[in-house]
Amino acid sequence: MRNSAPNIATALVSGLIFGLGLSLSGMIDPVRVQGFLDVFGAWDPSLAFVLGGAVVVAFLGVAVSRRLSKPAFDREFHLPGTQTIDRRLVVGSALFGIGWGIAGFCPGPAISALALGKVEVVVFVLAMVLGVVAHDKWAGQIN
Amino acid sequence: MIEFIPSLAGGMLIGLSASMLLLLNGRIAGISGIVGRLAQGSHIGTNSVFVAGLIFGPIVHGLAAGQPPASTITTSWPLLVVAGLLVGFGSRMGSGCTSGHGVLGLARLSPRSFVAVVTFLTAGLVTVGFIRGVMP
Repeated sequence: MRNSAPNIATALVSGLIFGLGLSLSGMIDPVRVQGFLDVFGAWDPSLAFVLGGAVVVAFLGVAVSRRLSKPAFDREFHLPGTQTIDRRLVVGSALFGIGWGIAGFCPGPAISALALGKVEVVVFVLAMVLGVVAHDKWAGQIN
Repeated sequence: MIEFIPSLAGGMLIGLSASMLLLLNGRIAGISGIVGRLAQGSHIGTNSVFVAGLIFGPIVHGLAAGQPPASTITTSWPLLVVAGLLVGFGSRMGSGCTSGHGVLGLARLSPRSFVAVVTFLTAGLVTVGFIRGVMP
């Protein structure tokens, strides 16, 4: 069910539109991302429009989803159930933000930027996947 | 002002993609989660084609524009490795990144995501301020 042809086609088209959006918006350019984060220096506010545009359109999608009992190609919506604001959320987000600032890449744009064929992007993505795997192993042990 | 238009249009495409994945597949378009599930070998089919689509995006954009999209990397290799490890580890620990918390979480008015977004934006701008202040 979850890996049926419509699910696969949806994921592919959705990934392509997401990647197009990242490319068009300038998010795959680390120097621009760092320029956006450089509020104490020569601040480039243009990337605020990326988040703004994305959140407004996604808000409409979420509003429609709340009127539906289930998505088109699955039996139920798979939404995060956690509500608590804990140390893990804050520490994890802070570590992520530090890495984001150092390289100017977050996960989506880094993967999209693999299309550019630069060795630096491959290095970053490999380290990122290693970080993901390391976390999941560590979290599996402490739980 | 003109440079804001591609950013706004690109952002709206990201919102469209996220809405589509939610309304059709019932899934959150959170990239760190997708990478995590792929690494665990869960839902390989949908997650791997989503990642493939992410990579096709700049190629299609480049073909349409007649030139490859701009991307300048000034970070040294050792720092790229450190940053990659932090981004991978931190986004999994915080249960999301710019897409899951930043786009979907804010769109769902999730208090957890609001805290995450404020935290990673603050950490990011302090880091860039520090790097550009120390190494101008």
